[in-house]
Amino acid sequence: MSAELKCWQDFPPGGIAFGATARQVETGLWRSMRPVLDAVRCVSCLRCWVQCPDASIITDSDARVSGVDFFFCKGCGLCAKVCPAGAIVMRPEAEFLNEPCGAVQGTSPEGR
Amino acid sequence: MILLGREKPYRREMTSGNLAFAEAMRQINPDVVAAYPITPSTEIPMKFAEFVADGLTDTEFIAVESEHSAITACVGASVSGARVMTASSANGIALMHEIFPIAAMFRAPIVLGLVNRTMGAPLNIHCDHSDSMPERDSGWIQIYCEDAQEVYDTVLLAVRLAEHRDVLTPVFVCQDGFITSHCYEPVEFLSDEIVRNFVGTREPFWPLLDVDVPVSYGSFVMSEDYFEIKRTQLEGMSNVPRVCGELSRELAFVTGREYGAVERCMTDDADYVVVVMSSAAGVAKDVVDSLRGRGVKAGCLRVRMFRPFPYDEVRDVLGDKLGVAVLDRSVSPGGAPPLAAEVRTALYDCPRRVPVASYIFGLGGRDFFPADAEMVFEDLAEGRSGFAGYIGLRDKYARGRRAV
Ligand code: SF4
Ligand code: SF4
Repeated sequence: MSAELKCWQDFPPGGIAFGATARQVETGLWRSMRPVLDAVRCVSCLRCWVQCPDASIITDSDARVSGVDFFFCKGCGLCAKVCPAGAIVMRPEAEFLNEPCGAVQGTSPEGR
Repeated sequence: MILLGREKPYRREMTSGNLAFAEAMRQINPDVVAAYPITPSTEIPMKFAEFVADGLTDTEFIAVESEHSAITACVGASVSGARVMTASSANGIALMHEIFPIAAMFRAPIVLGLVNRTMGAPLNIHCDHSDSMPERDSGWIQIYCEDAQEVYDTVLLAVRLAEHRDVLTPVFVCQDGFITSHCYEPVEFLSDEIVRNFVGTREPFWPLLDVDVPVSYGSFVMSEDYFEIKRTQLEGMSNVPRVCGELSRELAFVTGREYGAVERCMTDDADYVVVVMSSAAGVAKDVVDSLRGRGVKAGCLRVRMFRPFPYDEVRDVLGDKLGVAVLDRSVSPGGAPPLAAEVRTALYDCPRRVPVASYIFGLGGRDFFPADAEMVFEDLAEGRSGFAGYIGLRDKYARGRRAV
């Protein structure tokens, strides 16, 4: 057995994890479609920001949508569905094969 | 225990198993109760809801829309650090099934009043153990009570047992539907003060609401760690015999009643012993008394704790007998009845082979009569072993009290 794997006595009861956080879990790994934002069409209604189940819509200091956090975005398409301005389209991940999947689209890569 | 105040330490009342359970809940005053009614356990949350409405408890009572929601709310509250109780029966227990192993793995010390009722279909509200037996691998402690007094005493014990640091395992306190849950008999209640001194308040370990020590429950785990984490759960169950013994003695100090994992009735010098659980033990013990009057060396072993199963005690009692009969109140279609399977396992390591006869009785609330127990003892005297039939089943081709 490799050295870094723990024995059962080393685990806390209850299967609990101490100080664990979903911030470190890269849910973007299983995305097959990605939202692509057209900043010219966006009217800043923030519906996508409200509805995104993974808080992946990034806003700038003026509360305008500035990008998508692909570390978390799982490609559900909800943001594209609720956008009243047609500012978000879902594109197959295959079109972005050369980009790292955890990359942030947009200008202000804040958030994590 | 030191008695403070002027409250009378004990009072006797005519009551039922269900109402004794609810009264114990009032005295324990749990933090959270989430429950959904199902016969024959309905009276427990019903009576308790009355106590809550009358302002007699501080409990957060959550009236949910299903048993699945009830036990799920219980698990959430329990891992948050609350003292949690609930009750259910039969198909309600089956609907809770998905959550039981989660509660056990989370080490959520929930106390659940399980009022035994047969699993439909056909739809039937009366007693057998076909609801609790499928839960024997869910990781919960299972204690089966014979009468309402034992139900009351066991609820108090169960709270301490479940929450003990070395155990941290949820408990089913089982009683026979209608036979125990609805029949009235005298029960001795302790004063509220004595109960509250005995149960104390819960000291949770790693509660979800402790923001100074943040923890997550229910993380996803792959094959490289699952086995190790599952193994940690089994520690709690293996500490039950020691902790339960200590707590039973502590409780007996105030009640005068001590219960072990098994109850022995005339077993020491017996040649033939009937093994049975819950209320039917009353009939078997009566028959043992009358057979003793006729010079037959009969005995009865009542198994009170089914999980963890008291293999050592059962082997100690039965290892030298001429014949043993095991009476199961449930069937395992295509397999050995659950109690018989455990008793045979306990006896396998004995140097001498003990003949074991296995019977099914009482399904769907079918009565178990003294004549049935007498027939079983007669079978043992004739050297019967193996599967010995369905007691009280009508069969076109069978004679007497049993069909095979
Ligand atoms: S596709 Fe789904 S997860 Fe990704 S940004 Fe849109 S709403 Fe959020
Ligand atoms: S829903 Fe569409 S228009 Fe509204 S903020 Fe999001 S991208 Fe812009």
